[in-house]
Amino acid sequence: MVGLTDFSIEPGKIIALLGASGCGKSTLLRILSGLSKPSSGALFWHGKPLAEASPNVAIVFQSFALFPWLTVLENVEAPLEARGIPAVARRKRALRTLDTVGLDGFETAYPKELSGGMKQRVGFARALVVEPEVLFMDEPFSALDVLTAENLRGELLELWLNKKMPTSAIFIVTHNIEEAVMLADRIVVLGRNPARVRSDFNVRLSHPRDRKSGRFVELVDYIYKIMTEPDVEHALPDPESTGEIVVPPGGLKKAPVRTSRYQILPHARVGGVAGLLELLHDRGGREDLFRLSEELVMDIEDLLPILEACVLLGFACLKEGDVQLSPQGAAFADADIQQRKVLFRAAVLEHVTILKQIDSILKRKSDRSMNDEFFHDILDEHFSEEEVQRQLETAMNWGRYAEIFDYDRESGRLTQTELTPIEIAEENPSSAPAPKV
Amino acid sequence: MKKSISLRGFSAYRRWSLLPSLEVSRLPDVIMFAAAIALFYGVVRVGRGWFGPFTPSVEISRSLHALPAYAGYSLLRITVAYVLSLAFTLVYGYVAAYNPRAERFMIPLLDVLQSIPVLSFLPGVMLAMVALFPGRQLGVELGAILLIFTGQVWNMAFSFYASLKSIPKDMREAATIYSFSGWQRFTQLELPFSAIGLVWNSMMSVAGGWFALMVCEMFVLGSRDFRLPGLGSYLQTAASAGDTTSILWGVATMIAVIVLLDQFIWRPVIAWAEKFKVEQVESADAPRSWVLNLVEHSTALARIRQKTLRPLSEGLRLHFARKNLRGHVEKPSSPWRDWTFRALGLLALLAIGYGVVRVAIILSGLQKAELQVAAFGLGATFLRVNLALLIGTLWTVPAGVAIGFNPKLARIAQPLAQIAASVPATALLPVILLVLIRMGGGLGIASIVVLLLGTQWYVLFNVIAGAMAIPTDLKECCSVFHVRGIQRWKTLILPGVFPYLVTGLVTASGGAWNASIVAEYFHFKGHIYTTTGLGAIISQATDSGNFDLLLAATMMMAATVVTINRLVWRKLYALAETRFRLET
Repeated sequence: MVGLTDFSIEPGKIIALLGASGCGKSTLLRILSGLSKPSSGALFWHGKPLAEASPNVAIVFQSFALFPWLTVLENVEAPLEARGIPAVARRKRALRTLDTVGLDGFETAYPKELSGGMKQRVGFARALVVEPEVLFMDEPFSALDVLTAENLRGELLELWLNKKMPTSAIFIVTHNIEEAVMLADRIVVLGRNPARVRSDFNVRLSHPRDRKSGRFVELVDYIYKIMTEPDVEHALPDPESTGEIVVPPGGLKKAPVRTSRYQILPHARVGGVAGLLELLHDRGGREDLFRLSEELVMDIEDLLPILEACVLLGFACLKEGDVQLSPQGAAFADADIQQRKVLFRAAVLEHVTILKQIDSILKRKSDRSMNDEFFHDILDEHFSEEEVQRQLETAMNWGRYAEIFDYDRESGRLTQTELTPIEIAEENPSSAPAPKV
Repeated sequence: MKKSISLRGFSAYRRWSLLPSLEVSRLPDVIMFAAAIALFYGVVRVGRGWFGPFTPSVEISRSLHALPAYAGYSLLRITVAYVLSLAFTLVYGYVAAYNPRAERFMIPLLDVLQSIPVLSFLPGVMLAMVALFPGRQLGVELGAILLIFTGQVWNMAFSFYASLKSIPKDMREAATIYSFSGWQRFTQLELPFSAIGLVWNSMMSVAGGWFALMVCEMFVLGSRDFRLPGLGSYLQTAASAGDTTSILWGVATMIAVIVLLDQFIWRPVIAWAEKFKVEQVESADAPRSWVLNLVEHSTALARIRQKTLRPLSEGLRLHFARKNLRGHVEKPSSPWRDWTFRALGLLALLAIGYGVVRVAIILSGLQKAELQVAAFGLGATFLRVNLALLIGTLWTVPAGVAIGFNPKLARIAQPLAQIAASVPATALLPVILLVLIRMGGGLGIASIVVLLLGTQWYVLFNVIAGAMAIPTDLKECCSVFHVRGIQRWKTLILPGVFPYLVTGLVTASGGAWNASIVAEYFHFKGHIYTTTGLGAIISQATDSGNFDLLLAATMMMAATVVTINRLVWRKLYALAETRFRLET
């Protein structure tokens, strides 16, 4: 679900839409390109309603979306065929475009013979062969390895800057912050829960952009901050590099924040949380987010859930673009397997709403067990079906690790775990009697 | 890769799992069942209404010179029926996949029709066609073709529908954003994506078609002779006369026809269809066919393609593309269309209602004794079918696992098992009967043998595929931990082949019920051999013209098959999909 007003795509610019998963950026792309219809509001193309105009747009897909039974040439010719262009002309144009993207010689190959990078080049060729006015890209480089992605990004930029592309504007959806800052003239950051605009600003760095330059790093840091600390207002760095922020004409207005929110579990596994805490402990308890993501070669999309989980459980906190280990977190990082379980259990029962609820309900039942449908229904009131499934999965994962309950997937039954006396002793070191050795 | 073979059968559950969630309310199923009954009643009624005197008898030659011609006739009937089935499939599947209103009743209808044993339609269809075309040959031929069609089409339609529904979202979006015309979408996306499913289902359907055709060619109704010149009637005539040489030649010809079909049509098509596989990396073990290689490398054929096919397809493409570009306005749904649909729907419901009421009247008119006999027969057939399945499983599972664990052996054995599955057991029935009579047995045993012969191959080649699919690392795990013998069977082998076994058993079970109609009641050498069972009752009712009993007995069989499908096979499939699934 995305709620926004008055967004427009101007010619001559690359616009990047940034956001973690689940914030609706792919949905927005599909609405803007005309694939989906918005539930409310209207779209205009050069002043005419979208439904009447036939806009000339193209999409490059994350998963390439090539037809495996057509050769590279046939894949690129397909949109031209749809436009009723005869065979000879089709072939010429397709070959020319293939040459531009550097696939000369691969015309008769089938997609399964190509590497990921080459497949995406075919995707580009297919999109460019129709000479679209707006080129939409849905996370085009996420399915590629780092080096290939880097290479393709560079080539895309080269084509754009040298005006070798017949396109007026590019709209790219991504979750890679460096990519956005590298390519875009304007960046829009979407947040989720609720889906709203966190920031919308122009990027005035000149090409070629240096990753290591101060301004670049500042911008990236700024974006990390607004994505990880959604409730804090951050100031844009150096107005000279970025330009006005406050809602440029035709920019997105921020939607009002919903006040009551059911706690949403970040989709992180215990292993990830433990690993991150150990790493931080090694570094002395504090680390810059940007540097962390660079070292781990992890995108914000993968890192953010783990960070959020650590913060939720009270093992770490985020401050000014840095992540800082808390005393509980340090204790967790130091502990052995059994102790970790105890610490995790304590943290979960203190901070996580759904697991607290599960624990108390199970305690109150005589047979100490309950159906998972029950908890499904509790969550159903706050989330969509898909999200409920994911929340439940994470909750089951954490709950089993914390030994709060056993979960039998086949029968759908949660049963409270019987704690052994040793474990009770570790939880309440004062009350339980010392076990006889 | 061989894996693709196993996945084919396994997709049967995927099909069922695609049934719309309205399933929760039994209403569509009930309506569809009622519709199918009404349809059947209609067919029977027409047949009965036109039950006129009819004399010509067919002279089936036993000479060897007639064999090629007879093989040709049988082949022709199969081909015509297949073309019709394919055309129907493409239309039905397409409409069901893209029209949500239609989908809601079209798919439950498919499910029910798939479960009704084809051979129970035989008398009604034959009589109806003969009555429509009093000039002898055409009527009976059409009857046979129509019956084959009925046996083939539901399976294929479901597969096409399921494929259409599982086209990946991004490919669909690519077709939309680049404004593909309907034709381009169909030829470049939908049809290629469904190709592999269609090919495999066609293979299975044609095998079922042979099964039905053989019975049609031997069909005798009381004093009326509906036999057609073909392989089935040849074998029956030869067996009647005890002519061993002719029998052997007949069987050899039949096997030869099946093998030729396999080599010259199925294998090349399967090898060609590899290009439609939606995979990201080329698989190492793709099926090959020497015929396909020949065709692809022939320059003469390439030139013909260049001169004729290319310009033709190009013309079509441009025509549809331009048509699509012109008319881009979305037509609002006119009130006229809605009312017409509603009127048609109402009419259909009324017709169904009428049919059901008439059926109820007929059923109440039946004598209690007849119904009791029918119920008893149902029990007998049920036992017979399950006995055949049990015997089949007992030998095919160990054999299949042994073959599957030995890749070289598997490479030879699996195609052989597939061919054996295509050879129609019904054609061999006269031969088996002859042998058993000489040995002193009766139809009781012969029927079980026929059921076995017709169905065990499905179980066999599915088990082989299942054994091949067990990952090597699990096998290595067993040997490292010295897990052998019965324990290995219990923990590794049986759970591993379980999904494939279930697939094989479902096909075998359906086929067995179908075959029982012919296996339990048979005209031979002037006698009528019969044994207790529902199949016998159906055939007997047909023979004596007791259409009321025929209707009742067929309904009983259909209801039983559908119930077993829902109660037993679906549960087993669900288990196979969750607990016994090997991928993560």
